[in-house]
Amino acid sequence: MAQFTKANSIYEWLDQRLALTKLWKVLAAEYWIPKNINFLWAMGVVLMTMFTILVISGIFLLMYYKPDTNLAFDSVNYTIMQEVWFGWLWRHMHAVAASVVFLVIYIHMFTGIYYASYKRGREMIWLSGMLLFVTFSAEAFSGYMLPWGQMSYWAAQVITNLFGGIPFIGDELVIWIRGNFYVSDPTLTRFFMLHVFLLPLVIMMIIGLHFYTLRIPHVNNQDGEEIDFDAEAEKYKAGLKKEAKVIPFWPVFLSKDFFVLGVFMIFYFYLVFYHYNFAMDPINFDPANPMKTPPHIYPEWYFLWSYEVLRGFFFDVGPLSAMDIGLMAFGIANVIFFFMPWLDKSDVVAPAHKRGAFFWWFWALLIDMIILTIWGKLPPTGINAWIGFFASVTFLLLLLVILPMITKKEARRAGGAA
Amino acid sequence: MRELKILAVVVFFTLVTYWGVEPFAHSIMHPHHEPATFTYDDLKPLNKSGDPKRGAEAIMNNGCTGCHGIKAAGIPAPMDPVTASASYGVNPPDLSTAGALYDEKFLANVIKNPVHAMKLEHKFGDAKPFPMPNFYGSDQDLADIVAYLKSIAPKEVTPKDAFVNACGRCHDMKYDNWYVIGPKPKMDTELEKAQFNLKHAQYQANLKKYLGTNPPDLSMYIRSRGHEYIRDFVEDPQKLLHGTAMPRVGLTEESTMKVIEYMEKVGDRKKEKRNSLGPWVLLYFVIFSILAYLWKKKIWSEVL
Repeated sequence: MAQFTKANSIYEWLDQRLALTKLWKVLAAEYWIPKNINFLWAMGVVLMTMFTILVISGIFLLMYYKPDTNLAFDSVNYTIMQEVWFGWLWRHMHAVAASVVFLVIYIHMFTGIYYASYKRGREMIWLSGMLLFVTFSAEAFSGYMLPWGQMSYWAAQVITNLFGGIPFIGDELVIWIRGNFYVSDPTLTRFFMLHVFLLPLVIMMIIGLHFYTLRIPHVNNQDGEEIDFDAEAEKYKAGLKKEAKVIPFWPVFLSKDFFVLGVFMIFYFYLVFYHYNFAMDPINFDPANPMKTPPHIYPEWYFLWSYEVLRGFFFDVGPLSAMDIGLMAFGIANVIFFFMPWLDKSDVVAPAHKRGAFFWWFWALLIDMIILTIWGKLPPTGINAWIGFFASVTFLLLLLVILPMITKKEARRAGGAA
Repeated sequence: MRELKILAVVVFFTLVTYWGVEPFAHSIMHPHHEPATFTYDDLKPLNKSGDPKRGAEAIMNNGCTGCHGIKAAGIPAPMDPVTASASYGVNPPDLSTAGALYDEKFLANVIKNPVHAMKLEHKFGDAKPFPMPNFYGSDQDLADIVAYLKSIAPKEVTPKDAFVNACGRCHDMKYDNWYVIGPKPKMDTELEKAQFNLKHAQYQANLKKYLGTNPPDLSMYIRSRGHEYIRDFVEDPQKLLHGTAMPRVGLTEESTMKVIEYMEKVGDRKKEKRNSLGPWVLLYFVIFSILAYLWKKKIWSEVL
């Protein structure tokens, strides 16, 4: 047993038992981050803050929300929005954060792709991040159902229906997911459970995993430079702060993050107070009505690109129906980014602008996904259907064919140079 | 400098995406329509000037009060709402405020030929006659009746009264406790509640027979439709929702704004609070950002 002496303060008493000083060093004061970074490296802290806002506002909403198809709509739109003290604020914060968090996730993801932070030892960071993306998507989808408005209902109807496309078990699976033959009260209560318990729990665990995966390979930097973190840390601790290539998480890294966070919060609260319709679709202020299909059904903006890949294949090819091709493409689109570290055949860790063809590939991917996003919302008729088709094909080609091709060349060149 | 360049790129692509999925996509999904003018150009104007005194007589002689109450003149509604709805499909409006709420050209036309003025030819005709008959009197009589209605109308109609008279006989507004049969009273016993619900259900059933569908509760319509849509829709429902059973009601622009004001008070009750709290929260984060920036500069001056 360890030796315990009389403690002279509460901190010392706790320190003897919990090693607080050491813990703080490991987690913050001597957790080393490269110095050569820009504000895009603050997105992790922004995401953590948004998730915290979602959890806290969610807890307040949970105290008044009623997961029952007869009560849900009024509990949100009357009780919470009108009767509860500042209920409207919590709801607006929750809804806008749920939408904006995806903007930050996409920025975070594309930062990772641009700076090649997904490979050469950083695969687990990328994979745990992608797991977070998927669980956040499920969390957003289940949450969107809860106000039980028209879009809640019809999005649930359309998306749960997709599982019917899975061979052999499809039809039974749809019923199993819905808890009924159609989207109804049991569907609402189970998605409520997922939204407020199971998924947040899983997300918190994966966030822990995501932080853990950063420990060994460390955070990447703006030039993809390989840094000897131990040696640089020694320099820093020896007082050569200007020469060292690393900075401690606290206070140096976070001091910059707080500033970025502050600016982001101005943007976020501007949306919460003055510009919220993009996150709180007006159509969802009509109560769910299974007898009345809205003229346009579309998912929230962050699902549009994969939704458009689903819709993009609108004609049958030989024995394959359009629906089946779309579903397969949709399935691929939803998992393809997991394979990023292996679709990229090159070992080179450098920002895209130093990787030749990869640079053009990056912008092509970004623009293609924006096109998919925009056309995912437009009615799929006439020329729009064809734009969606070509953008979907381009998306699959970019990831499945062009990326391996150009990175193989890059690997050969890098190998030749060495 | 590099950071600002990166920020510009991020902001640019964010705005393009936003523009595409919001203003652009919505402009495609909801084709542009001409905004409401409230001139009711398709209706024949009243060329005669009316005399309120003769109008009062004309109202009596033509039997208007057989169905309509005129509280301002001491004439009560002949039936309660549920009985009236059983006879006509909908409870006929009290005419006390009609002169203030509705456009005078529309009033004259709706008396003369209600189905035409309300644009309900696709719902009513010889096979299914409209409950209010056409008026076969002279144009002078029409002008007199309109003049009378204007003479008894109050100068100011409250937003809620405008809604109740123009919309509230077909639409519930449950977040303000308004139902098609009237406001829900404070009820103590289960019996009273059941009786109220029964009356409401009877009225709704009659309304459904009359219109083919039950008009929606409008509590959240200010959020689901927005000012502009409601204004243009009320002026001419057929223009935005072709084939709807909702009649053109002929509100003046001013009364339409009152209806919208009421809908906003009910459906977006916290608007003022939201707008007054917003600047303080933003100010807080502006100060937060300035302090954070100064702190960051101080800390990073040691490492750069």
